[in-house]
Amino acid sequence: MAVSTATPTAAPAFQLEGVGTRRRVVNGVMTVLVVLAFVLAMTPLISVTWSVIAEGFKQLSPYFLTHSMRGVVGGAETGGIYHAMLGTVLITLAATVISVPIGLFAAVYLVEYGKGPLARWVTFFVDVMTGIPSIVAGLFAYALFAVLLGPSAKFGLIGAVALSVLMTPVVVRSSEEMLRLVPNELREAALALGVPKWLTVVKVVLRTAVAGLTTGVMIAIARVIGETAPLLLTVGFTDSINRNLFEGRMMTLPVFIYSSWHKGYVPCNAGDLACNTNINFERAWAAALTLIVIVMLLNLVARLIARFFAPKTGTH
Amino acid sequence: MAQRIDVKDLNIYYGSFLAVADVSMHIAPRAVTALIGPSGCGKSTFLRTLNRMHEVIPGTRVEGTVAVEGVNLYGSDVDPVAVRRHIGMVFQRPNPFPTMSIADNVLAGVKLNNRRMSKSDAADLVEESLVGANLWNEVKDRLEKPGSSLSGGQQQRLCIARAIAVKPQILLMDEPCSALDPISTLAIEDLMQELKDEYTIVIVTHNMQQAARVSEQTAFFNIEGTGKPGRLIEMDDTRTMFSSPAKQETEDYISGRFG
Amino acid sequence: MTTTTARPPDGVEALRKKRSSGIGSGLFAGLSTGSGALILVVLAAVAAFLLIQAWPALTADPADLNAGVAWFPADTSLLQFVGPLVFGTLLAAALALAMATPVAIGIALFISHYAPRRFASGLGYLIDLLAAIPSVVYGLWGVQVLVGENGIGQPVQQILNDVLGFIPLFAGTPARPARSLFIASMVLAVMILPIITAVSREVFLQTPRLHEEASLALGATRWEMIRMAVLPFGRSGVVSAAMLGLGRALGETMAVLMILSPGMTYSWHVLEAGKQQTIAANIAAQFPEANPLGVNTLIATGLALFVITLAVNMLARWIVSRRAEFSGAN
Repeated sequence: MAVSTATPTAAPAFQLEGVGTRRRVVNGVMTVLVVLAFVLAMTPLISVTWSVIAEGFKQLSPYFLTHSMRGVVGGAETGGIYHAMLGTVLITLAATVISVPIGLFAAVYLVEYGKGPLARWVTFFVDVMTGIPSIVAGLFAYALFAVLLGPSAKFGLIGAVALSVLMTPVVVRSSEEMLRLVPNELREAALALGVPKWLTVVKVVLRTAVAGLTTGVMIAIARVIGETAPLLLTVGFTDSINRNLFEGRMMTLPVFIYSSWHKGYVPCNAGDLACNTNINFERAWAAALTLIVIVMLLNLVARLIARFFAPKTGTH
Repeated sequence: MAQRIDVKDLNIYYGSFLAVADVSMHIAPRAVTALIGPSGCGKSTFLRTLNRMHEVIPGTRVEGTVAVEGVNLYGSDVDPVAVRRHIGMVFQRPNPFPTMSIADNVLAGVKLNNRRMSKSDAADLVEESLVGANLWNEVKDRLEKPGSSLSGGQQQRLCIARAIAVKPQILLMDEPCSALDPISTLAIEDLMQELKDEYTIVIVTHNMQQAARVSEQTAFFNIEGTGKPGRLIEMDDTRTMFSSPAKQETEDYISGRFG
Repeated sequence: MTTTTARPPDGVEALRKKRSSGIGSGLFAGLSTGSGALILVVLAAVAAFLLIQAWPALTADPADLNAGVAWFPADTSLLQFVGPLVFGTLLAAALALAMATPVAIGIALFISHYAPRRFASGLGYLIDLLAAIPSVVYGLWGVQVLVGENGIGQPVQQILNDVLGFIPLFAGTPARPARSLFIASMVLAVMILPIITAVSREVFLQTPRLHEEASLALGATRWEMIRMAVLPFGRSGVVSAAMLGLGRALGETMAVLMILSPGMTYSWHVLEAGKQQTIAANIAAQFPEANPLGVNTLIATGLALFVITLAVNMLARWIVSRRAEFSGAN
């Protein structure tokens, strides 16, 4: 070995003793650092999980999940997040309805039809679009409807448009990946049977990739369901249930978390046992727990679908 | 009802690259025609131009004519989708649809085209096609199992059944046995002998013994070097080609001196 | 054998029949191409509508802005107003990037070259979980665990100030509670960790085995192999991963909004409170109560954020695509 610090001994060169001490130490230090980096990254994950569970369960109850905040004042331990859950489901669903067809068709374009400069531009800008800050998406949706309907519009659909700006590129990317996994042989088999290209795409390519596509859509939903800033700008908040996406403000879980937290401590009279001075924070944590459970469930189900429903594309 | 194919002055391009140059040949009906030659000589590319499957790859184009019973496949009024229904194709690797059962794989040409068919007609077509592909007895009890559950050789015969269920006039086979074991290969070769009563069969093969065994006519393609186009060197009765070819390079290839 | 009854006698004529599938094909191809093009249109529309709604503020007289918008400072042009916000945004993102990148590279190496192969995807999934946590939850967590009286933010800030206080970045009086840009950046760093890790990991895994084995065969230790083969190969990939992380950090809103005590100065003192503010957090803070001209002003700042993130992301993607071409050629 070329390192001069090591005194030549009888040890064979392939044993670590044959490697210079300095090099061995550097190697050891770097191994420790690399492992430490991983441990360091795990601390916030564990800490967040712990905080959310420990704080969240203080208020989480069936009552909390089935009631709105309408008429709830002061430090009373009543009220809940039903209105926020409803709003989140409706707005996310609307965003999905907007972005999945566009995203899926765009992915079909890129994989099956796209060639030349347009395909290159679309590929490039889909990637760029994944980097649009969520607050800018919110401003865009606000500006779009301000131009169309006047400046004071605030309702669920605007939020859905904002979310779909964030969601569409994610759907395109994941769908594109899934469509490219479909073996070319299957396309050729269908085309050689005299099946037109578009039917080949619909009935063979999309059919074969359907599990992967579903997974991608669910992960895209999980990605946007926790967005706060764009909804804060476009949908606002309310204490009541609103089922109409086209009229009136709507509460959503992330915005509920923020606005509860923002309200801060409740001043309580001494001896008022029904008054909980921390109630707003406890509600925020309980809503955070609910939101995280929803996100994790979406991720989990998505992965289960990918694992169990994927067709065996191998020929053997 | 098998039909003849006449190829005249065919040039095949990938973009600006001339891949196969100046092919003219007559392919007889009710017979097996084998295309042989070294790798990269353009025999598979040529085969794919016979049912316009080469158009799947963007940027390909042809000059010249391929006529089936006098109708030029490259005429402006011809629908490539109809061409592929008329001229079936079997690929190198068996490729049954993984999402479909054995029966649905046979019916794929019908179902994928959104055509309606009564249950009994469909059952008849499945049986008829699987019998035609010598597979019926092996799978008749498990028609609802996925096509990918079969062995490689069975899958390839399933693909042949799928191709003949569309009722083509001509069958193209692109090295159909190269992914199969010897016993499965024999089964496919036997099948070809039966099918040639009904269909014009064109087969690309790497295996010269196979060409000698199954074909009535053999065409030899060769390439002068990389970057040069592949050409048809000669075509004749298989027996003549393998005993006394007209060209020296055919003799060299057949006797195993290269390729 | 097959019956021939089903075959039309004039089979060849079938080739000439009119294109039955023309409408479906055309419609489907059109929908697909249209959707692809729509992506470009949306991106252009984002820019256009932001510009339309920012226009009144862009063209307004600074005096009118001051008179019409409650929080708009006197004797300041729009540009001078945006300046500190851009500064704060860049500073917060750069700080987050400086904290996240080394850790992310470490994790990526751990997963790609240290951990046993069969755990690799599971460990990667754990890191991806960090990306699944909504930003508002990170904000909540940051306030509780880092900022508060019992949080770890204050002692960390104090130590940095004591040890590195001679560097302007860590000078000044550390904030109590720790509502500083430094703490906000720490949370941002956690949030951008997954994307930097994921992209770096991909690149590291693509290192040609031949290069790795060649350096091992020369007697290199594992770290030397990584330094000789993996890191040089992955350098441009890590750069673009970091830029993608930067793009994320620039636009993150909620964590900064909830943690940082804002101020509109060009201060480098990241441990102090009330010195800096980011564009995104400022928009979220002011938007709900803003009057029409105020909204126009905020959208103008949003336009600046859009342009900055667009530039960063385009640069990152350009590096990636150039890299892809190179590795394709090899």
